[in-house]
Amino acid sequence: MANLGVDFLGIKFKNPIVTASGAYGYGREYESLYPLSRLGGISTKGTTINVKDGNPPPRIAETPMGMLNSVGLQNGGIDKFLNYELPNLMTKDIRIIANIAGSTVEECALLASKLNGTAVDMIELNISCPNVKQGGAAFGTDAKIAGEVTRAVRDASSLPLMVKLSPNVTSISEIAKSVEANGADAVSLINTLLGMRIDISTRRPVLKNNVGGLSGPAVFPIAVRMVWQVSNAVKIPVCGMGGISCGEDAVEMMMAGASLLQVGAAIFNDAYAPVKIIDEMNEWCDKNGVTDINEIIGTVRPW
Amino acid sequence: MFQNKYEIIKKKMLSYDIVDFTVKSKEISNAATAGQFVHISAPGFFLRRPISICEIGKADGTLRIVFQIRGKGTDSLSKLNEGEKMDILGPLGHGFTTNDRLNSVILIGGGIGTPPMLELAKFYGDKARVITGFKTKELSILSGDFKYAGAQLFECTDDGSLGRKGFVTEELREQIQIKKPDMVFACGPVVMLKGVKQICEEHGILCEISLEERMACGVGACLGCAVKLDKGEGEFYGHVCKDGPVFSSKEVVL
Repeated sequence: MANLGVDFLGIKFKNPIVTASGAYGYGREYESLYPLSRLGGISTKGTTINVKDGNPPPRIAETPMGMLNSVGLQNGGIDKFLNYELPNLMTKDIRIIANIAGSTVEECALLASKLNGTAVDMIELNISCPNVKQGGAAFGTDAKIAGEVTRAVRDASSLPLMVKLSPNVTSISEIAKSVEANGADAVSLINTLLGMRIDISTRRPVLKNNVGGLSGPAVFPIAVRMVWQVSNAVKIPVCGMGGISCGEDAVEMMMAGASLLQVGAAIFNDAYAPVKIIDEMNEWCDKNGVTDINEIIGTVRPW
Repeated sequence: MFQNKYEIIKKKMLSYDIVDFTVKSKEISNAATAGQFVHISAPGFFLRRPISICEIGKADGTLRIVFQIRGKGTDSLSKLNEGEKMDILGPLGHGFTTNDRLNSVILIGGGIGTPPMLELAKFYGDKARVITGFKTKELSILSGDFKYAGAQLFECTDDGSLGRKGFVTEELREQIQIKKPDMVFACGPVVMLKGVKQICEEHGILCEISLEERMACGVGACLGCAVKLDKGEGEFYGHVCKDGPVFSSKEVVL
């Protein structure tokens, strides 16, 4: 058994596997299968100030080795998160990353300030949701605005701050550098890639929102590339995600430069995916003489 | 809720595109109730397929699943054979009301919406009148099973090749005239459910309908399978997998 524990922004995770925001709710649904304490952490469903109803259905479309979603940040608002979800998660022996998604800079700062002094371990600022009209990708695809939002949240928050980046940009490194310069402690990437499917019998998009975010194994190589580029561009730690579905994917993403990982869409294929990935990482380490997972972070040897 | 690979112990075709599987799963059959569904992994495809439970064999720990080959995923699933294993997550969602005090119920199945009504028909037995609707006689399924369950069966086909020529909603109106039921249960195309909902509201009869929607997690985490609901305080999106698939017809905005 190798050591899978990682230290990310001074926070100890018992293993690098965090369930990705939006894919796992608040963990309640999966507790009958395995204890949440098996996981390194949970990034909770993107929280807005008020209740958000999300986009009209259909919100899901299957794609080769992946899926599109256009859920649109449906959630019960920050107060429900603080009063109902957080107290439950606090009893689970799991690191809690609160994903926040404001539609304005002020809202992002307000959300962050409401988390000060709570049991939340870290903020993940979502500036990359492709499914909402305000905020979301509008923040995350412009380096200057991404920096401004980050600065406002940094000033409002006493918690470690991770900013979740959009892959729907020409240079993700530029956005990463901008949020680093404005006080981000870490970055997480990638959010989903904007995609579209059309039902050729009706000539209508499958998603009622017309377009949605692509995730699943199909996006994994893009995620690895972007994690590698960003790791080389910034000094702050990188949390890698996008299509991780087995232990070897997790190892690969860490070699690209990620020191923490998130697993999302894989859970829809296999509800046990997060815990299987942890077990497979352990097996891989044992087979390859790796006694501490930290040894492999960023060790890709580029040509 | 369980997720495991369960052995297929029986497979047959009910029509050219409707498959009937029985799998061995003591844990799921123990926990399941009429109207719940299971989420099945289709070999070679990323997302699972939500499929209603047709019959629960509590005594022998089995689960019967009947579905239509609609696309490549269900086609891949249909190619599994007896002796092979099926990767199933379930039982999921809320099922139909099963209440001993109800003395007369009407169950309505339209096309491939018919299978989930069978387990319910087994519960209500001779208290149940079952109305099924199909395009044509060759596509009708489960007639013998409903009769074996003790229910009175009223079949409808679009072309009149079996039973009544016409829609299940016409038969429902007649059956209500004959004897007003305590409750109506329905699963089928949205247009049929709209008709059933309207008729039940006209007559003040409690009605439950089973819905489907494109789904990812199946358990209520991803919020993908949205359905518009209204419980009297304005419209909002609930979710078929967790709030349903069975809903009170009054609270669904169809």
